[in-house]
Amino acid sequence: MEQLFMASATIIIGVFGCVAYFFLSNMALDALYPPRGPNAGANISRATAIRPWLFLLPAILLLCVYLVYPFFVSVWLSFHDSSGNRFVGAANYTWLLGDEKFRESMKNNMLWLLVVPAASTFFGLLAAALTDRIRWGNLAKALIFMPMAISFIGASVIWKFIYDYRGEGQREIGLLNAMVESFGGSAQTWLTIPFWNNFFLMIVLIWIQTGFAMVILSAALRGIPEETVEAAILDGASPLQIFFKIKVPQIWGTIAVVWTTITITVLKVFDIVLAMTNGQWGTQVLANLMFDWMFRGNDTGRASAIALVIMLLVTPIMIWNIRNARAEMR
Amino acid sequence: MADLKLTNVEKAYGEVKVLSNINLDIKTGELIVFVGPSGCGKSTLLRMIAGLERITGGDFAIDGMRMNDVPPAQRGIAMVFQSYALYPHMTVRDNMAFALKIAKKSAEEIRAAVDKAAHILQLTPYLDRLPKALSGGQRQRVAIGRAIVRDPKVYLFDEPLSNLDAALRVATRIEIAQLKEAMPDSTMIYVTHDQVEAMTLASRIVVLAGGGISQVGTPLDLYERPENEFVAQFIGSPAMNLMPGEVVETGAETVIRLDHGGVARAAIPTQTADMGMKVKLGVRPEDLAPTEGEPLFTGEVEITEALGEVTLLYFKRQEDGTQVVAKLPGIHSELRRKPVRLSADPKKIHLFHNGRSLLYR
Repeated sequence: MEQLFMASATIIIGVFGCVAYFFLSNMALDALYPPRGPNAGANISRATAIRPWLFLLPAILLLCVYLVYPFFVSVWLSFHDSSGNRFVGAANYTWLLGDEKFRESMKNNMLWLLVVPAASTFFGLLAAALTDRIRWGNLAKALIFMPMAISFIGASVIWKFIYDYRGEGQREIGLLNAMVESFGGSAQTWLTIPFWNNFFLMIVLIWIQTGFAMVILSAALRGIPEETVEAAILDGASPLQIFFKIKVPQIWGTIAVVWTTITITVLKVFDIVLAMTNGQWGTQVLANLMFDWMFRGNDTGRASAIALVIMLLVTPIMIWNIRNARAEMR
Repeated sequence: MADLKLTNVEKAYGEVKVLSNINLDIKTGELIVFVGPSGCGKSTLLRMIAGLERITGGDFAIDGMRMNDVPPAQRGIAMVFQSYALYPHMTVRDNMAFALKIAKKSAEEIRAAVDKAAHILQLTPYLDRLPKALSGGQRQRVAIGRAIVRDPKVYLFDEPLSNLDAALRVATRIEIAQLKEAMPDSTMIYVTHDQVEAMTLASRIVVLAGGGISQVGTPLDLYERPENEFVAQFIGSPAMNLMPGEVVETGAETVIRLDHGGVARAAIPTQTADMGMKVKLGVRPEDLAPTEGEPLFTGEVEITEALGEVTLLYFKRQEDGTQVVAKLPGIHSELRRKPVRLSADPKKIHLFHNGRSLLYR
């Protein structure tokens, strides 16, 4: 009950705080440069120049406190020892290069990177194309989109039940094992099977991200001028040819944006691994490794070094993504 | 080489019939224009011929082969869309080559066909450009080129000039006419709402209205001998004047007394039984001329529109709401607010009874 009250209070304060800031700051600006009197023209143009900064100010401040400042501190910490007191040069980075777990995480992250964006975009495109023209398409879309509303942790819990293993002699409650047994197979401890367990974790993220890809791509598909499709029909193209030669090329920009957006999510994947295997049995990833060193190993130096590696990986994709998204909007 | 035959063709969306009783014979080499007010179903009819809309009743045949259920690509037709419908991600060359590539033609054959079409349409310098780097007129030419390379039996044009500005529209209209000249064996169907396009391009015009065909005929046929009031008023600009009246003398020529006073003689034969028949007299604005003799119409000019070569006279509305318009050659701005007496050559008078022309009884 107390949590509910606190949550509502936060929402109310947050929303009304924003509204109040909007009105009060505007009033203050108008009081400072009144849009009337002898200098009305000059005042209006001055106020117009200031106004955008007024609205950006809270965001800029918050971003500085929670993004820019931590970035510099991370850089600083990554050159210091576990307690952050003694300068150690590049020692944390050289340690990284030799660390077995780091290599495993890098390798797994690359694996995630190869599989998840491709699979999510592919399934999203498939779902968008297939649900486009059927009557219950919107219902199907709602169902496919639903996982987006579930937190990564929630999704992980759901899938943990699916992969659940109870052990010999006990009744299997995991969906997958129940199915395997009903077909005459024997139950497996899915999440400990080396190498393949990575894919079992990836399925969770694909399940979530397919909905996102579908919604964006479905909108893009609808934006394709109907006449180009009709012209292709008259030109004799089959439905598959129309899809791959006429429709997909026209939404290529959107596909790239979806792909890279999911790529960034994948590089930061953390909750799923933490909740399902905690990086055991060869499933470690960078973000979880960082979390491990930060809060279990209590080593701010190494954790910061890993954090910066993640950032280095994400930044170029991010820049490309934003460029693409901007080009799409034009 | 293609004859088209539509027999009792109809189109219904569920319960709602938008087209019915469409019977039309189109011969090889004709350029048929579908005209009609917006929403009359002219584009729908074209799309049914193309195969983009299902034909819900009747038969449609090309060269005697029933085409109702033949897929669009196998009907031997090509279509030019109002919005050009170029593939935005392909160069001009690829746009034109697409259909041939789908048909698995050899590379040399494709190249030859595209180069030839590009030459005809003066698109050769633009072959490697994307559509977005072309002007509206060039895009429309690419769309036409895409149709030409397929060497179809029938060309369909769906308001191809509507997206072009006025000057370009005239130029492209002439290009289409020249294209037709160069391909005397191909059949073309052209949809437009622009009368000038219809009158200048068509070998025959099909006027569609109220879910059916109002009249089919050569442009001058429709102009000189409209079958009904709708066609009479739809073809020609400004529209034909229609005035209510009564037959007072029958014979080889008919005399009409108009409800608002005038008397007119029409070169249309009537029988004695037609005496006293209520008719509507139709006369085109350009056929009215000032007269000193017995007038067909007398009225005060309310507005004049001087266009230089002609002057349009708009008369005060009659009590029944009809407005008479006259088109006189030359400049006559001085006639504003003046009473004018008008008459017309009996050969230029049209008579309608219950909306149908007495010529077609």
